Amino acid sequence: MRRTLVFAGRNTKEIIRDIFTLIFGILFPLVLLVLLSAINNSIPKEAGMSLFDINNLLPGVAVFGLSFISLFTATIVSKDRCTSFILRLFTSPLKPSQYIVGYTLPLIPISLMQTIVCYIAAFFMGLEYTPNIFPAILVNIPTAILYIALGLLCGTIFNDKMVGGVCGALLTNLSAWLSSTWFDIELIGGAFEKVANLLPFIHAVKAGRFALSGEFSEILPEILWVSGYALVIAVIAVVLFNYKMKQDK
Amino acid sequence: MLAIKTNNLTKKYKEKTVVNNLNLSVNKGEMYALLGVNGAGKSTTIKMLSCLIKPTDGNAELMGKSIIKDETAVKQIISVSPQETSVAPNLTVRENLEFIAGIFGFSKAEAKAKATKMIEDFDMADIEKSRAKTLSGGWQRRLSIAMALISEPEIVFLDEPTLGLDVLARRELWKHIEKLKGKITIILTTHYLEEAEALSDRIGIMAKGVLKAEGTANELKAKAGTEDFEEAFIRIAEDEV
Ligand SMILES: Nc1ncnc2c1ncn2[C@@H]1O[C@H](COP(=O)(O)OP(=O)(O)OP(=O)(O)O)[C@@H](O)[C@H]1O
Ligand SMILES: [Mg+2]
Repeated sequence: MRRTLVFAGRNTKEIIRDIFTLIFGILFPLVLLVLLSAINNSIPKEAGMSLFDINNLLPGVAVFGLSFISLFTATIVSKDRCTSFILRLFTSPLKPSQYIVGYTLPLIPISLMQTIVCYIAAFFMGLEYTPNIFPAILVNIPTAILYIALGLLCGTIFNDKMVGGVCGALLTNLSAWLSSTWFDIELIGGAFEKVANLLPFIHAVKAGRFALSGEFSEILPEILWVSGYALVIAVIAVVLFNYKMKQDK
Repeated sequence: MLAIKTNNLTKKYKEKTVVNNLNLSVNKGEMYALLGVNGAGKSTTIKMLSCLIKPTDGNAELMGKSIIKDETAVKQIISVSPQETSVAPNLTVRENLEFIAGIFGFSKAEAKAKATKMIEDFDMADIEKSRAKTLSGGWQRRLSIAMALISEPEIVFLDEPTLGLDVLARRELWKHIEKLKGKITIILTTHYLEEAEALSDRIGIMAKGVLKAEGTANELKAKAGTEDFEEAFIRIAEDEV
């Protein structure tokens, strides 16, 4: 256990000392929140446009912010894999399961912190305090695990240069466009809506919105959808990671 | 007692045989230098012995433990300083050292004490709080080697440890290595022949994956019929003996 924690500690330092973590992990979601709230305030009430109301916006931005957690995970995994640091780790007595837990563990508090910062900031943008914010924050945990697993998977497959493109650009955009945060996907309908509903992102956002509005009975199916994806991707990531570890370097 | 004994150790990549039926015996506490031109198979041999890659054929025992069957046990008693410098970039010098001690199972207090000792031994007091990525190549190299030694391994593999070090730093490192002589078993590769001559008890010369000759520097010179070690190396590596 201690070895795993030592490894997790190193990973935590490696991640939070990277200035990009701060910029993308915390500042970028905050800027979006401020920007979209400002847009919302300038839309006349009569337009009946509620998408950017803080109660709708906040769960969306919180999920979008988590997509950067994938980037952080993938970056550290692939950087370690692509440098000779991995040779040092692989000749140490650490076991595959200890690697996976060690890479995953630091990102859970980091993602929770990111969500909490978003919620605190939202108070300054008109979010009213209700006890519902606590379940709303908690329902993000399966989503965080999903994004960590996606990061582990990408970090295992891609090298550190490709990771920036795949996780930093592709995944963040997928999360943005397919989550009903920037626009209402129901209004688009058709195949786009079907695909979005099959993917986990929209369900992650809906879970947060239901929690925030106190519609607790609606949360479970959404969370199950997200958790299902999280589980499957985590299993694939772990299997692939183990396979890559055994493969000749 | 033998620290390392390889038994027809072989590595093939597709059809290419990179290490060919290597039979190597290294005594406990011995310093053994593995020499050979680029691509001779030195790093590949070290990678097999340190359980990084699996041999295609043959086996090796480290302190009586098989690299194939007892991987975990082997890993606990060895450590490696890879050919490329290998440090955690965003960690400080001290944190890097404590990190390695930690994953080898030392307690927090032990790790701290060991790091302090290493920092002293390797003259790194001035940089102990600097992040590894901000160090010059030579200092990163020293840190990388200190990291290989902090876990108190019984066998340590140093793959080109003095690569990129200035003359003073190299001599400094020689002193450290000499202090370890007799205490732990050291396998070292290098392209600096005078280094092998000065430091090692025995030298093995590899060419195209085959161990061409081994012995003390003097034995190798005698075998090649020359007084000059560099000349002896060339004759042996080029098959002129
Ligand atoms: N993964 C691999 N796939 C195919 N060939 C490989 C692989 N790794 C090493 N080789 C080949 O094996 C041979 C021996 O390489 P190795 O790194 O062991 O040499 P070396 O003696 O350490 O050389 P150097 O002095 O340049 O470090 C080289 O020809 C190299 O191209
Ligand atoms: Mg080499």
